[in-house]
Amino acid sequence: MSEATRIIVDGAIVHDDWTLLELPRVEEAERKQAGKVVLFRLTGEQTHSPEQLAGVAVPTGRVIVPLGVWLAQKDLLAPRVTAGEIGICIDTHELVEDLAAATGDINVFPLIAVRFERFPDGRGYSTATLLRTRYGFRGQLRAVGDVLRDQLFLMLRCGFDAFAVRADRDIEVALTGLRDFSEPYQAAVTPDQPLWRRHTRT
Amino acid sequence: MYQYDAFDQRLVDERVAQFRDQTRRYLAGELSDDEFRPLRLQNGLYIQRHAPMLRIAIPYGHVSSKQMRMLAHIARTYDRGYGHFSTRQNIQYNWPTVESVPDILADLATVQMHAIQTSGNCIRNITTDQFAGVAPDEVIDPRPLAEILRQWSTFHPEFALLPRKFKISVSGTLHDRAVVQAHDIGLEFFRDDAGQVAARVWAGGGLGRTPILGSMIRGHLGWQHVLTYCEAILRVYNRFGRRDNAYKARIKILLKSLGAEEFARQVEAEWAHLKDGPNTLTQAEFDRVAKFFSPPAYRGLPATDAGFDAALASDPAFAAWVRRCVHPHRQPGYRAVTLSLKPTGTAPGDATDAQMDAVADLADHYSFGEIRVSHEQNLILADVELGQLHGLWQAAREHGLATPNIGLLTDIICCPGGDFCSLANAKSIPIAQAIQQTFDDLDYLHDIGELELNISGCMNACGHHHVGHIGILGVDKDGSEWYQITIGGKQGSDASLGTVIGPSFAAEEIPGVITRLIDVYVRERHADERFIDTVRRVGVAPFKAHVYAQRSEPEAAGV
Repeated sequence: MSEATRIIVDGAIVHDDWTLLELPRVEEAERKQAGKVVLFRLTGEQTHSPEQLAGVAVPTGRVIVPLGVWLAQKDLLAPRVTAGEIGICIDTHELVEDLAAATGDINVFPLIAVRFERFPDGRGYSTATLLRTRYGFRGQLRAVGDVLRDQLFLMLRCGFDAFAVRADRDIEVALTGLRDFSEPYQAAVTPDQPLWRRHTRT
Repeated sequence: MYQYDAFDQRLVDERVAQFRDQTRRYLAGELSDDEFRPLRLQNGLYIQRHAPMLRIAIPYGHVSSKQMRMLAHIARTYDRGYGHFSTRQNIQYNWPTVESVPDILADLATVQMHAIQTSGNCIRNITTDQFAGVAPDEVIDPRPLAEILRQWSTFHPEFALLPRKFKISVSGTLHDRAVVQAHDIGLEFFRDDAGQVAARVWAGGGLGRTPILGSMIRGHLGWQHVLTYCEAILRVYNRFGRRDNAYKARIKILLKSLGAEEFARQVEAEWAHLKDGPNTLTQAEFDRVAKFFSPPAYRGLPATDAGFDAALASDPAFAAWVRRCVHPHRQPGYRAVTLSLKPTGTAPGDATDAQMDAVADLADHYSFGEIRVSHEQNLILADVELGQLHGLWQAAREHGLATPNIGLLTDIICCPGGDFCSLANAKSIPIAQAIQQTFDDLDYLHDIGELELNISGCMNACGHHHVGHIGILGVDKDGSEWYQITIGGKQGSDASLGTVIGPSFAAEEIPGVITRLIDVYVRERHADERFIDTVRRVGVAPFKAHVYAQRSEPEAAGV
C-alpha cells in the first residue's frame, strides 16, 4: 500500500492515506465437494488461530486492521483507536455483529472496510447495509478486495462511499460505474426512500 | 396491463447502455469470461451448446400484442424464426450472437421489455396464475403486487449476488395455479377475517436436484409488509446461505439445515428491524399500480349465447376444443382460451414468428390485445366473448394453435434438453415428440383424461418432472442417455413429489413404458378418476409390476 495508491472517495479519485493490513494467507487444506474445489468460506468461519491473530504486528500510522486482529489485540490498540488511527476490515465471511458486540460505539472507528474476496459473493452488500442502517456507522465505508467497475453502483447503494478498485484496473474507468443508473426503484441505504416516495408517479 | 412511465423507461434504457458497454469491453478483452459471466447472466444470456441463448422476461406472463409482434420480429431478425416459451412464463431464443444482444435489448426497450434478471444468482421473474384477474375462484388479483415486487426486485443492490437463483411466485386463488410451494418464496394472498388482504408466506420450496415443497413460515402477513418481509428472508439467505457448493446453495438447503421454525425465527428477528420501514407499501402506491390491472371494457353479455350452443352441438371438433382449451371466466358471457403450443411434432412451448404474429392478431381481434404465457408453456387469451369462440377456433386452427389437448397427456411440459442446453444429461424434445406420436389418437387421449406429463433433461428440473403426474428425467449413465420415470407428482394446493418407479429406460423404450402405465390406469381406475387419483389410491406397485414385467432387458440400467 504505497503512498501513491489511489482510491475513490465520495465520487472522486484521491490518494489513500490508510494502510490496509493484510493477514498472511493461511495454508488451507484443499476442500472438494462434488468434485470441485471449494472456494468460498462459510459465514462466521474462523480462518486464523487466536495465536496468529494476537501475534500480528500492527504498523504505525493510520491502519485498517482485520476484525480478528483488533478483537485479539483490543487492549493494546485502545489508545490508537482513541487517537483515530485504527480502521477495521470485515472479511467476506465475517459477521458485523461480532464487531458491534465488541465495541460500545462503532463510530470510534473513522473507517470500516468490507472485503470482497470474490466479486460474485454478495455477502458484503448485507454487511454494509447493516453497518449503515442497524449500527448507524457514519464514517468512511470502504469496499476492498475484488472491487470492479460493474459492481460499484450496487456498492454505492448499500452505503459504501469509498472504493479501493482492484489494482490491475483503470480507476478512471471504474469511476463511471457510479453513474450507471439515475433513479432506482427500491429504498436501500441510498436513496433511502423508494421511487414512489421520492417522486410522483402516474 | 402495466404501462411504463418515464422512470421505468429510463431504467430500461440505462440498462441497454450498460450492457452494450459491458459487451463491448468483453469483446475487447477488457472483461474476462469469469467477470462477464454474472453480468451476461443477469441479462439472460447463456453460452449454450450451439450458440448463446437469450432469455427475455415476460413479467408474470403478461404480454401485449405489440410486444408479441416484437418477439416475432426478434425471432425473424436475430434467430432462426422461432422462440421457446419457458416454464417460468418467459421466452428464450436459441440462436442469437453475443454481438447482437445489445441491439435485441434496445429493440425490446422500445416496447417496454427487457431481459433483466432472467438468469444469474438474483431474484428472477415473478410468476403467477395465468388466469389472474379472470378466474372465478380468484379471491385477490395478484398482479398489482406482482408488479410491485417486480419493481422492488429489479436491481435490488443488496440482493444482486445471492448464493444462488431466487424465484418468487404469487397467487390469490382458492386452487393454487402458480405452484407457490415449489418456489424460494411463495406468496398466497387471501382475505383475512377482518376483510383485509394478507398473504401466507411459503419459503424454501424448489425442484431441481433436491426437490422439496416449501414450508409456511408465516400464516398471515398484511399486504403492506410484503416487500420488507421478503427483504428479511433474502437478507437471512444472503448472509447465511451456503456459497461453498452451488448444489447446496438454494434457500431450501438453508431452511432444511436450520429447520423451518428456526429459519422463521431468524426472519422474524430481521423483520423486526425492517417492519414499517420505507419499503412498506401505501394504499396510494398500491392503487397507482392496481389501476393498470382494472378489468377491460367488457360488454354486458348474457351468460349464454345461442350461436355458441348451436356450434357446440353441430361441430364435434369444436366441442372437443372447447372441452379442453376454453376455461371459465368471472364475467358473464366471456371465456379464457388456451392456445396450445403442444401440437404433435414440434418442441413443446415453441412458436414460430408467424405464429407469434398470428397470436398478436388474434389478441387484437378477440381479447383486448393482451396475451398471457402459462407455466405449462401455452398462450392464453383471457377475455374472449362466448359468441366469438367459434371464429377464434377456426382462425387459431389455421395457425396450428388449436390442438385440443390442454391438460391431457400430450400437453407436455418440457425443457429444451440436450438438443440445446449445455447442462442437460439427455435430450427431452424427441422424447416428448415420440410420446405425442404414440398418443396421437384424440379419442383415446380424451378417454385417458387429465394427465400432466413433465420432462426434464437433467436434475435441474426446468421441466418440473417432480410435480408431473408422470415425470421423466434424463440421466447420464456412462455417457449414454437414460430416462427415469416418476409417478404421483402433482402441482397445486395438494402438491406432491413423484415416486421413482424403478431402473431407468433407454429413449426408445419410453413410449412403450408410458403406454403400459396408461394400461394399468385404465384397468384400475374408478369412474371419473384421474390418473393421479388412481396412483394415489392404489400406489406405485401395480404400475411398477406391469412396466417391469414386460421389460425385454431387465438388466439394462440401475439408476
